[in-house]
Amino acid sequence: MNVILFMISCILTNNFIFNKFLGCCPFLGVSSKVETATSMGIAVTFVMTIASLFAWMVNTWVLVPLQLEYMQTIAFILIIAGLVQFVEMFLKKSMPALYSALGIYLPLITTNCAVLGVATLNVKEGYNLLFSVLNGTFSALGFLLAIVLMAGVRERLESSKIPECMKGFPISLVTAGLMAIAFMGFNGLV
Amino acid sequence: MSLILSSAPHVRAKDNTQRLMLNVIISLLPCLIAGVYYFGFACLIPVCVSVVSAVAAEFCWQKLGHKKIRIYDLSAVVTGLLLGLIVPPSAPWWMMVIGSVFAIIVVKQLFGGIGDNFLNPALAARAVLLASWPALMTSGYNVGKFDAVTTPTPLLSSASLMDLLLGNVTGAIGETCKIAILLGFLYLLITKTIRWEIPVITLASAALLGWLLGTDPLTTVLSGGLLFGAVYMATDYVTTPMNSLARYLYAVGIGVIVVLIRKYGSYPEGVTYAILLMNIAATLFDRIPVQRIYGHTNAKKEGK
Amino acid sequence: MSEKKMNLGKVFMNGVITENPTFRLVLGTCPTLAVTTSAINGLGMGAAATFVLLGSNIVISALRKVIPDKVRIPSFIVVICMFVTIIQLVMQAYLPSLYESLGIFLPLIVVNCIILGRAEAFASKNPVVASAVDGVGMGLGFTLALTLIGCIRELAGNGSVFGINLLGTSYQPMLLMILPAGGFLVFGLLLGIINSLTNRKKEGAK
Repeated sequence: MNVILFMISCILTNNFIFNKFLGCCPFLGVSSKVETATSMGIAVTFVMTIASLFAWMVNTWVLVPLQLEYMQTIAFILIIAGLVQFVEMFLKKSMPALYSALGIYLPLITTNCAVLGVATLNVKEGYNLLFSVLNGTFSALGFLLAIVLMAGVRERLESSKIPECMKGFPISLVTAGLMAIAFMGFNGLV
Repeated sequence: MSLILSSAPHVRAKDNTQRLMLNVIISLLPCLIAGVYYFGFACLIPVCVSVVSAVAAEFCWQKLGHKKIRIYDLSAVVTGLLLGLIVPPSAPWWMMVIGSVFAIIVVKQLFGGIGDNFLNPALAARAVLLASWPALMTSGYNVGKFDAVTTPTPLLSSASLMDLLLGNVTGAIGETCKIAILLGFLYLLITKTIRWEIPVITLASAALLGWLLGTDPLTTVLSGGLLFGAVYMATDYVTTPMNSLARYLYAVGIGVIVVLIRKYGSYPEGVTYAILLMNIAATLFDRIPVQRIYGHTNAKKEGK
Repeated sequence: MSEKKMNLGKVFMNGVITENPTFRLVLGTCPTLAVTTSAINGLGMGAAATFVLLGSNIVISALRKVIPDKVRIPSFIVVICMFVTIIQLVMQAYLPSLYESLGIFLPLIVVNCIILGRAEAFASKNPVVASAVDGVGMGLGFTLALTLIGCIRELAGNGSVFGINLLGTSYQPMLLMILPAGGFLVFGLLLGIINSLTNRKKEGAK
């Protein structure tokens, strides 16, 4: 039961975008079309899950025993950069269809603060292996939900008469703000 | 530029908008009268302030932006009136000014004005007020005839079904008297201003899920702001999906989220958030491919 | 000599105003939104980012001929990471309350697009002094923007600026402003206002 509540809270209540401001750059940058937003979201989910797993293992089995906790940031970013490279090569070889769909988004993920953010948060909150991985997967699914909803709204905005000075980032930010207000309804669900 | 596509298909000529809006205003009068009956004339203050500032905000925006003045389409009046009816009777005037200006400027005009807002302006404004001044938005119910009532929310009181129906409970100005809302609903149906599907499906799905989770279906429907929201907010032309299957899904979604927030969330009432969330998802619902059986739908999906 | 000085001045002002990383380039949105619940947090974040930006720009610019092109991005990240770790340890030791309130956004400076962006776009192509000036200019622009947003949100959401109460006790704070949604709204509206002002200026210039 705890696990299920934790998953729901990761997706809705503690949504990465609307509650923690992690991953805002791709959220604002890659959300103009629903299809691309979906691909980006799936790619992020993929990487965040694996990154949570590896970051947890490296932190618990290498950094903590060696008392090198202050090296966390460096270690995590290297893990993420390496993972992204590896995932890219792996997909290219074995799943070319998926690779061509996600290809251009993968390198961008290295600098997506959601990935480093989830790894750091897992350590900070002291999650065990299961919860770390769940946190990675379901927070990423929350990101996926947010970016797809955002893309849906933005496709609609394309045909509206938005004032000149609000076009682009300003209106996207206001949209995100209004969506965050609606997401507040989930407060306390868990 | 595709000028014809730029406005939502439902908003037709100006006269038409004006007539539809006038119908909505007339249908809201019973709620307003019931509010005055239960909460006294003082509850007219938030309502009037809200209407006046909504219209003023729209006028100023269009004047300053050198745009055509469109306040005579009455849509700003409707937004102001709706917002005035979903706040507690003791809501301070300055809060109503902030709420209406937010509804008109940020939610509506920044997105291109009438027909282009993706959220219901009055509901978005209420959510903003609720987040900003939670105490003022939930504790002000105990005025007029209800000084003895201690529960801050209309949902937690143990009112009988009859009291719920008549509106003899605490609540927002226009949301308490269910008979008045039903009268308004009837008027809207007779004048063909709205169709019955969305309100009925919303209420039915909420009642069904509530019943599965152990609440009496009638209590679910009659308590809180569900009926008001289902009739006046969920049916807003601009923020509902266009094709019929999507509309049904949208209505079911509202009902389900309302019950979930009521049952498990930290807010006592979830109607505002449920409708806002479904407004956001509306465009995605419209992407679901439908087989057109009836063939009369003129709201042709624009797509690529 | 005077020409060179003017260039440096231009590089500096470029970061602060012309290409302000927050309001013009809209980079680094996550910390901009997350830490600006109060003016002091905005200032602290800006200062930390400025330090990292200055350090990484100098080092990357000095090493620009040594680093092979193929591994330049990972090398940049390692350099940036080094400075982030330094500022993290310093803050933890001397400014523990600020360290707490910036939370995970301090280590996340590593992936702040402004810093990597400047390393790639400026420091890897320009001499050390110019890169240092660019780093300070960009950092200052970022800091100013964050402090401004922080001031607005703190004033509306708490009635104070830098912890000093300005609006009196009868002011009912608009809590939304210090909630996440308020961050998006304030930033979006500010961007819109700045755009409309610059558009008007451009029209006036014509």
